[in-house]
Amino acid sequence: MQSNNIFTAVNSVCSFGHGKKLVRAVDDVTFHIADEEIVSIVGGSGCGKSVLAKMMLGLHYPSAGTFLYKDKPITDHCVHWREVQAVFQDPFSCFNQFFPIRNQLKAAFGIYKDKPSNKEMEERVDQALLAVNVKPSEVEGKYPFELSGGQMQRMLLARIFVLRPKVLIADEPTSMVDACVRANILDYLMKLKEELKMTIVFITHDIGLAYYVSNRIFIMHKGKIIEQGTPDEVTQSPKSEHTIQLLEDIPEINREWIKA
Amino acid sequence: MAIFEVEKLGLHYLTRFGQKIHAVTDVSFSMDQGEILGIAGESGCGKSTLVNGLMGLFIPPLYPTCGDVRVDGESLMNRTPEDVRQNVLSRKVSMIPQGAFNALNPTRKVKDIAADVMAAHMKGIDKKQIYERLIERFNLFGMDTKRVLNSHPIQLTAGERQRSVIGISTLLNPQMVIADEPTSALDVTTQKVVIKMIFDLLEKGIFSTMIFITHELPLLRHVADNIAIMYAGEIVEKGTAEQVVFDPRHPYTKALMGAMLSAEPGQKQRKPTAIEGAPPNLAKPIEGCRFAERCPSAKPECKQKKQEIRIVGDRQVRCDYAE
Ligand SMILES: Nc1ncnc2c1ncn2[C@@H]1O[C@H](COP(=O)(O)OP(=O)(O)O)[C@@H](O)[C@H]1O
Ligand SMILES: Nc1ncnc2c1ncn2[C@@H]1O[C@H](COP(=O)(O)OP(=O)(O)O)[C@@H](O)[C@H]1O
Ligand SMILES: [Mg+2]
Ligand SMILES: [Mg+2]
Repeated sequence: MQSNNIFTAVNSVCSFGHGKKLVRAVDDVTFHIADEEIVSIVGGSGCGKSVLAKMMLGLHYPSAGTFLYKDKPITDHCVHWREVQAVFQDPFSCFNQFFPIRNQLKAAFGIYKDKPSNKEMEERVDQALLAVNVKPSEVEGKYPFELSGGQMQRMLLARIFVLRPKVLIADEPTSMVDACVRANILDYLMKLKEELKMTIVFITHDIGLAYYVSNRIFIMHKGKIIEQGTPDEVTQSPKSEHTIQLLEDIPEINREWIKA
Repeated sequence: MAIFEVEKLGLHYLTRFGQKIHAVTDVSFSMDQGEILGIAGESGCGKSTLVNGLMGLFIPPLYPTCGDVRVDGESLMNRTPEDVRQNVLSRKVSMIPQGAFNALNPTRKVKDIAADVMAAHMKGIDKKQIYERLIERFNLFGMDTKRVLNSHPIQLTAGERQRSVIGISTLLNPQMVIADEPTSALDVTTQKVVIKMIFDLLEKGIFSTMIFITHELPLLRHVADNIAIMYAGEIVEKGTAEQVVFDPRHPYTKALMGAMLSAEPGQKQRKPTAIEGAPPNLAKPIEGCRFAERCPSAKPECKQKKQEIRIVGDRQVRCDYAE
């Protein structure tokens, strides 16, 4: 029988450096992520979220413990990336500054063995741009440096909508867009998830966002997953002081936040 | 008396193709001493462009189209960037550019970056005096002063870097600070630390007046006295923080508030409203209301009729049908 495990981590560690300079960026984490699940990983900056994301992408191997994709260790990147794709925090580092955006979106098809027809590729690029609220005419002939940071972030998402992967690792994809665009992106991701039966790992420091999108939330702190549960469990009855802190630090409009 | 006045300001970029992108149009407001004005709007709506315009910093391809900006009654328009840098920036108005904390010179220590700013503006001050002033000032920020000052930017956390940037930007006690998304790239905990620091500086009288720019409208409820909402280069609503957050009148502001996500109990069932479509292309002339194409309550005439600011429920709204 085939299991429905997408990611399985058992006492996984990912460390950098040696001796006194050793950093355990991901420190002894154990979890399962099942097919078609949406799991959010929430924590402050530097807690190890991106390193964990890179493990999922096969960009870092576990220094200790087990880390499996569909019950097997990740070996071949090229094969892995046909199924598992990512959107990253820093949009500018992900696009080549010297090529027009549109060409780069189209070039994303390069990871496939069999590319669709040119017409279909162009159509999918148009659809993807519209999905992230950008008129295709607006980026026609434009280079990355001619767009604002938030617009670039949307280009990264457009790339995902072009590729339609099986598993999406989204590392703070909405941190630079406004609430309407965020709601839109979330809507579209949910639609994509329905259509493609995608598994999504959402990485964010915004527990409000995690609460809304996820089936389960993992709270990370200093490399460890200190709490796992459903959105209601984690937000309504948090067990860890770090979870409580994260909740308190959100500037909710209906609660005093700073001006005491 | 208003210390900062902006009158019908328009700004455009001139692209490689000779195309004009009208990134900011018809922006007018004034600020009193001690006021904190929040400006919110989605990315690409012209916030950073406006910041440059407000500082009189016109570096190609950015150009003023029309209008005026006055600090203490003195216009910033038609001046060279050098003149503005020397006579206005840092002393009267200080800017914290978007992403500045990631753009600090990586080869220099924080204390040297800071010392340069002081040396450039205070003739005749010697190194020893500079470092004494620096230590005194950085001691206010609740950080490990010695370590931070002696570090290269890369050795600091994002929060420490941003607090250093704010510290450096306010070294000369400017009257006013314009902060462009100072917390947008930070996690919620660090954001709170940075905003606490800003309030601390306000309380200590290091500066008194601030424009705080963000794409997160809910945050402004806790930061600003007044809020202006920008859409496609225009201010579409301006009122007190309470008015704009709890009782928005412009359809775009309503949509922004409706799209808010919250981890408060019972919020998971509430579906945040997403609005379809995209802001208009600013390279083309726009006849009617800029939000009309996406507005859930648009009337047929909205696409043709230019909307002007009018007063609705005690605040400014750029919509003929807002009530
Ligand atoms: N390639 C690397 N080499 C050494 N240290 C790293 C590397 N990548 C990340 N780290 C360290 O691992 C920790 C976690 O980083 P990261 O996963 O990026 O945090 P975040 O939760 O903000 O995404 C940090 O202390 C960071 O400095
Ligand atoms: N150097 C530039 N050349 C041409 N257009 C630009 C340039 N910089 C920004 N723009 C355009 O100006 C508009 C406003 O951008 P910006 O002020 O950065 O927005 P925000 O800060 O609100 O995200 C956007 O449509 C953007 O594409
Ligand atoms: Mg990260
Ligand atoms: Mg900006």
